[in-house]
Amino acid sequence: MIRQLLLLLRRDLALLLPGGRRGGTMLPLLFFLAVAMLFPFAVGPDAPLLARTGGGVIWVAALLAAILPLDRLIEPDIELGLFDQLALRGLSEEAIVAVRMLAHWLSFGPPLMLAALPAAALLGLDGERLRLVELGLLAGTPGLAALGVIVAALTAGLRGGMALAGLLVIPLAVPLLIFGAGSLATGGGSGIALTGAVSLVLVALTPFAAGAAVRSARG
Amino acid sequence: MQACRLAARDLACRRGDRLLFAGLALALEPGAALHVQGPNGVGKSSLLRILAGLLPPFAGAVEREGAVALLDERPALDPTLPLGRALHFWERLDGRAADLAALGLAELIDVPVRYLSTGQKKRAALARLLGQDAPVWLLDEPLNGLDTFAVALVERLVAEHCAAGGICVVASHQPFALAHARALDLTGDLAGAAA
Repeated sequence: MIRQLLLLLRRDLALLLPGGRRGGTMLPLLFFLAVAMLFPFAVGPDAPLLARTGGGVIWVAALLAAILPLDRLIEPDIELGLFDQLALRGLSEEAIVAVRMLAHWLSFGPPLMLAALPAAALLGLDGERLRLVELGLLAGTPGLAALGVIVAALTAGLRGGMALAGLLVIPLAVPLLIFGAGSLATGGGSGIALTGAVSLVLVALTPFAAGAAVRSARG
Repeated sequence: MQACRLAARDLACRRGDRLLFAGLALALEPGAALHVQGPNGVGKSSLLRILAGLLPPFAGAVEREGAVALLDERPALDPTLPLGRALHFWERLDGRAADLAALGLAELIDVPVRYLSTGQKKRAALARLLGQDAPVWLLDEPLNGLDTFAVALVERLVAEHCAAGGICVVASHQPFALAHARALDLTGDLAGAAA
């Protein structure tokens, strides 16, 4: 069972990591960097303003970047019949989507935290703000990844599912955004702790919510 | 081969508003083969998915003993991978490899799965099925897209599987040459047809 799940994790990572086989895996990163690059152009070279708002911009860019990979997370494997074949081998949908969530976070969270370094430079964030952004992303990206897996599973197989997925993720991710970006304003760890708490709830919920969604999509 | 048994009683399947079949019973012991027949849309695939445990029946119950392998129209092989590596994932998961040369796949292992023809994909899915080494086979239209040579091959594989004590349920609207196979026609009188 554990050996099979590790094999599955290896396969999922080969598909989803930046440069992975499923294609479009660099898009969230490029989108994230593009927003950080465009924002100074749009508001002008006002360094104090950029430094004050830059952290929030990074958070909004991260949230929107989380929407991009959703259509490649669950639906292609339902169409392949992968979930059916794994179910016949005794792997529960809950375990499969938990592995998928881990692979999705690994291919999304750490790369985004790396990309936040050049983004912070473009926006002129100081060291303290950068530290809060990185800590916030570390606490918040697991929640974004979990939310992505839930919504991708719920909308798999629906017509226009991708657009619906985007609309569903945004309101559900608002708590992460408020606490994550809020930690920059208060400058304290409480916002980051709350971001982590929201993430933990979402991560704990995902195997059951997404697993049930995959089962019902089977039809 | 591990012990196997497949039995169902009083099965009914509803898709949307339509009751596809009801009161269906069957009992298959080791070595038994069943050919599920009927025109398109009569519920052959649904019956197989219910027997596999992938679809909850509208009524009735299924008893399964032994691992179940399902072959349907989806090969469950990553389309971007070369065939050899796509099959390798299942080989490692199941801990057993099928003989690709016997299935005529040996020269295709470097070809990405998405470039394979319908029949070649079906043969690749057969390789995955053989590697699973499950005593209960559920084959949904296994002959679709296959040439005459491959059709004979599948019929031989099923005969060997049953001779070795396995159970095989074939859903196909095409004729399927198989000695001792019982037939279950979903269009006809359903109750107890194969009991």
